[in-house]
Amino acid sequence: MSSPSNLKRRYRADKRFKLYGIAAIAFSLCFLTFFFVDIIGKAIPAFEQAYIQVPVTYNEALKSNYNKAIPKAYRRLVSKAFLRTLPQKLEAHPELLGTTQPEWALANHRVDQFLKQHEGHGLKKKYRSKVEQLYQEDKIEFRFNANFFSRGDSKMAENAGVLAAVMGSVLVLLITILVAVPIGVMTAIYLEEFAPDNKFTQAIEVNINNLAAIPSILYGLLGLAIFINVMGVPRSSALAGGLTLALMTLPVIIISTRAALRSVPQSIRDAAYGLGASNLQVVMHHVLPLAFPGILTGSIIGLAQAMGETAPLLIVGMMAYIPEAPSSILNAATVLPAQVYTWSSESMRAFEERTAAGILVLLVVLLSLNALAVYLRKRFEVRW
Amino acid sequence: MSKAKISVSNLKLWYGNNEALHGIDVEFQAKKVTALIGPSGCGKSTLLRCLNRMNDRIVGCRVDGNVLLDGNDIYAPDVDVVELRTNVGMVFQKPNPFPKSIYENIVYAPQIHGMVDKTGMDELVETSLRKASIWDEVKDKLHEPGTALSGGQQQRLCIARTIAVKPDVILMDEPCSALDPIATAKIEELIDELKSEYTIIMVTHNMQQAARVSDHTAFFYMGDLIEFGNTSDIFTKPQQQQTEDYITGRFG
Repeated sequence: MSSPSNLKRRYRADKRFKLYGIAAIAFSLCFLTFFFVDIIGKAIPAFEQAYIQVPVTYNEALKSNYNKAIPKAYRRLVSKAFLRTLPQKLEAHPELLGTTQPEWALANHRVDQFLKQHEGHGLKKKYRSKVEQLYQEDKIEFRFNANFFSRGDSKMAENAGVLAAVMGSVLVLLITILVAVPIGVMTAIYLEEFAPDNKFTQAIEVNINNLAAIPSILYGLLGLAIFINVMGVPRSSALAGGLTLALMTLPVIIISTRAALRSVPQSIRDAAYGLGASNLQVVMHHVLPLAFPGILTGSIIGLAQAMGETAPLLIVGMMAYIPEAPSSILNAATVLPAQVYTWSSESMRAFEERTAAGILVLLVVLLSLNALAVYLRKRFEVRW
Repeated sequence: MSKAKISVSNLKLWYGNNEALHGIDVEFQAKKVTALIGPSGCGKSTLLRCLNRMNDRIVGCRVDGNVLLDGNDIYAPDVDVVELRTNVGMVFQKPNPFPKSIYENIVYAPQIHGMVDKTGMDELVETSLRKASIWDEVKDKLHEPGTALSGGQQQRLCIARTIAVKPDVILMDEPCSALDPIATAKIEELIDELKSEYTIIMVTHNMQQAARVSDHTAFFYMGDLIEFGNTSDIFTKPQQQQTEDYITGRFG
């Protein structure tokens, strides 16, 4: 029997330990909250974009110099992305020649940032009162920034969007899935269920575990050496990126699949073997269905990790300026995290909010993938 | 004695360098229940698993000697393990139904062996479950998961599943050790019924159970077969001192 004072001390130790735990959680929650508030706060302005109403004069001169279409006073306020579409518009609608129309044009990023009252907007002093006046007269208004989702990268900040990067990410991820999941799952099944346990397979196992831990940039070098230099895959292409990420994801998928296979109770295997099922039948009919949720979750987590990866893609040239969404896996492409990185090093103020918005899009995609993993695990879990 | 169903001669088995069976000679009679008793680690489960080659899958396990099933060596190179295991079925210590419906549990093995067509399935399920004396309890919930049954019912389902492939021999590895006395009594009753059709070899730690259900008893100690004979003889007038000490509870 312990004395009462001893007992009290034990209770106190318990309580203290619980408090440490709560403090640790509170601490990490603070960081998380700060991170989300900061990112979301910075990203929200990016979803609104200033549009400005300008009188557009369709004349012969704009065919050679689109600046001639609008009065001088507006030329530094309107985005070139709008102006450069005018010659094509005139060509498509010749009847507009000689007319002057008031039109809503995408505003220059300086105007946009000035009205959002962001430091470093870069709008010259002489335009400021004019812009404010136009805003008062409702000649400038904020609209939902659809361009952000429907355009690729652009040197004009007001026109830059994530579409090309999203498409690039989708293509890269598809290639990674198609390559890494079948190879990884088959490797794991062979190693776990069929391979003899000898020095050779043990060496393979140790090496796979090590591969999961090496810096990801090395996979970039490996991808560059094998896929681009030897196999001649086009540089910067989604194919090169996807194959490189597949290399990186393979060990993760193999390890998680093996863990899932190992968690299937031996008694189920015994039962099937005892009934005369062959090795393959035991695996296909009993072990795989039970291990499936685990394999799925492991693969999705591995792919989510690959999706957020930047370093190996830098090496295979995927951090490029890509204004158009790639139309095939051989076209030059970029991915979301690389796009975020590119924007974060731009000097124009409008890119800062786009960087945050890009991070937000990436986070939403990754969290959805993880939520999908949790849902699928719950959905397919077999209880016994 | 009648003709031996399984005859084991000079069977030695190693796990790595550790010799677990030191040359066993024993004959199991057809349509009788033979109980294998002995303290833990004496090799009785190991011997049992030799009889349908479940030890094949254990890394570093090596077997030497002869096991003849109906006069044919089951360790001969031309023997198909799959076919052997349909002739020699096995029931395990812990009930291990597949996490599927009762119906699927029964039809799984006959299906993969191509033993029945679609129309014969229902009948097969019924006869198997009837033989395992569990039909009345589950006939209304054949499509519910087998894992939702009680432990005793699960074990009888596993026996039904084994019966469904129509084996000659059923090996039971402590089939009642995870069950309560009532479920145990039902399994014992069942074993008694089954022996009219099947040769049953069971490992048990329960002396009373061995005495109650078996015709022959084999006592193992440290990888050797110490004594083998009619159950009534073993329990009333054992020839060996070790056997007497064990069954009277003085060691082991």
